[in-house]
Amino acid sequence: MNDNMLVPVAGNGLLPLRALNRRQLLAGIGAGALALPSAALAAGGRPSWMQGAGAGMRSYGTPSPAETVSRVAIGSQPGTTGSGASRTPLAALEGTITPSGLHFERHHSGVPAIDPAAHRLHIHGLVEKPLAFSLEALERYPLVTQLRFLECSGNSAANLAAPEAPDLDVATLHGLVSQSEWVGVPLSVLLEEAGLKPGAAWVIAEGADAAAMSRSVPLAKALDDAIVALYQNGERLRPENGYPMRLFLPNYEGNMSVKWLRRLKVTDQPAMTKDETSKYTELMPDGRAAQFTFTMGVKSVITRPSKGYGLGAQGIYPITGLAWSGQGEIRRVEVSADGGRSWADAALEGPGGPGAMVRFRMPWLWQGQPATLVSRATDSTGARQPTREMLVQARGPQSLYHYNGQQRWQVSAAGDVRNSYV
Amino acid sequence: MFKRAMSPCLAGLLLAGAASALAATPGAPGLGAPLTPAVLAEIELTVLPTGEGLPAGRGSVAQGAALYQQHCQAGHGTEGQGGMNGDLVGGVGSLATAAPKKTVTSYWPYATIAFDYIRRAMPYTAPGSLSADEVYAIVAYLLSRDDVVPKDAVLDAQGLAAVKMPNAEGFYPGE
Repeated sequence: MNDNMLVPVAGNGLLPLRALNRRQLLAGIGAGALALPSAALAAGGRPSWMQGAGAGMRSYGTPSPAETVSRVAIGSQPGTTGSGASRTPLAALEGTITPSGLHFERHHSGVPAIDPAAHRLHIHGLVEKPLAFSLEALERYPLVTQLRFLECSGNSAANLAAPEAPDLDVATLHGLVSQSEWVGVPLSVLLEEAGLKPGAAWVIAEGADAAAMSRSVPLAKALDDAIVALYQNGERLRPENGYPMRLFLPNYEGNMSVKWLRRLKVTDQPAMTKDETSKYTELMPDGRAAQFTFTMGVKSVITRPSKGYGLGAQGIYPITGLAWSGQGEIRRVEVSADGGRSWADAALEGPGGPGAMVRFRMPWLWQGQPATLVSRATDSTGARQPTREMLVQARGPQSLYHYNGQQRWQVSAAGDVRNSYV
Repeated sequence: MFKRAMSPCLAGLLLAGAASALAATPGAPGLGAPLTPAVLAEIELTVLPTGEGLPAGRGSVAQGAALYQQHCQAGHGTEGQGGMNGDLVGGVGSLATAAPKKTVTSYWPYATIAFDYIRRAMPYTAPGSLSADEVYAIVAYLLSRDDVVPKDAVLDAQGLAAVKMPNAEGFYPGE
């Protein structure tokens, strides 16, 4: 304890980043050592699982029975089971990859049970040759790999619309974002094979779900970095993420990455589908609505500490969370423990890159003082995550979508954490 | 209005894409199978705001009232309001208030959207089961609830595309 690692770099106990790597040296700073369960030291120093051969191999692994992590805040329209959303348990996860089984869901008429051999992707409209692609055919095209976040543009909306900060946890508030490694065929390759006709400007994408969910995509995006994704995190797409194929549009609002992709119609205009007019448009205070606001803004959220992940004994705690931007790479995440009066740069981790999430970490010395934890991200365009007040001022509380305001967690003297606007 | 939605940068990309003669991508195996007009006619669902894509057929407000009771009321309430799955009508003029009510009649900018959506996705438990005549009738009924069309209206492709929705000018291209 003789060095200056405990000299705060910002108000209310934020510590130098090197404390992250030397926490073991600081174990004496009021942090009670975690008690070891006595059962671990059984007869002869061997716990039960060391006293005989373990289980055999399995054809497909699953998490330890001791782990209970699951999707949260699962809700569906009244009278339905598949017209709603489930959320990624952000606080329970680490690193930057979301396990496929915990990727958030947003369905409009349930998850279709598609026979992959019978499924086709149809491309038509303003093309020279209308074409149909089987899954088997798409497998033979050159594939590309993209580590990318996917975020529903309705993510975090509760923090905008509710006049008082809703007493919700980080997953319920912000869990409509996940990150995967997506592998698929560049859409440009398939459009080039069909041959675009003059006047082509939009691509209307449609899914093979019961709602035949449909969105209009600017042709420039389709020819840029759009893919027809076949794989997620190394294996075939999960049914709830579009099996056997989905559109994936990096950086764009999640609804446009149409799952169970069945049809692409090239047109000279957008179709003005239900989901790009009645939904996914931002109603402003003057009664007009912003439309085709595709790109997700720069955003970060502290995942721990957070509601349900509070503090126990006084001592050093890591503050950690995720940051992402649809506009560019994450360059910087700043953390405050005093409600934004002072800030310090967090350490950034993960592969990163355009359209990828990063993990941030900041060491914090908590000595029982009340605190308000906040993070704010800055991306490679220089855009910095706004405060809630800035967004309410700019767009009013009814705009619903594309809310990327700073998340504030209020920590009590008892170590409990709750959502806060102040 | 669609042109306005595009930034100069985006428009430039479009031109570049269209002018590139679209040579086959190196390494692409060219395995797309021809898609016949017959198959296309069966799977096509898109209706554009111009009315392109609307099928033949027609339906009246009166027919729509009966069909609504049969297929829609359980989810959307008596006469389009008060159901468990959201109101479809009402709220016209409410968008600039502190309690905006977004419905088909108050918010949706084109009547074609209602036809497109009902045909592709409704009724929830049996999408695709309604005939074109029935969809025209249900749309006519809903629009009549807020006098967007007269109570004795009969809608067909031409009539539907010509409907002026209350919020037709309510959208602008965002950033």
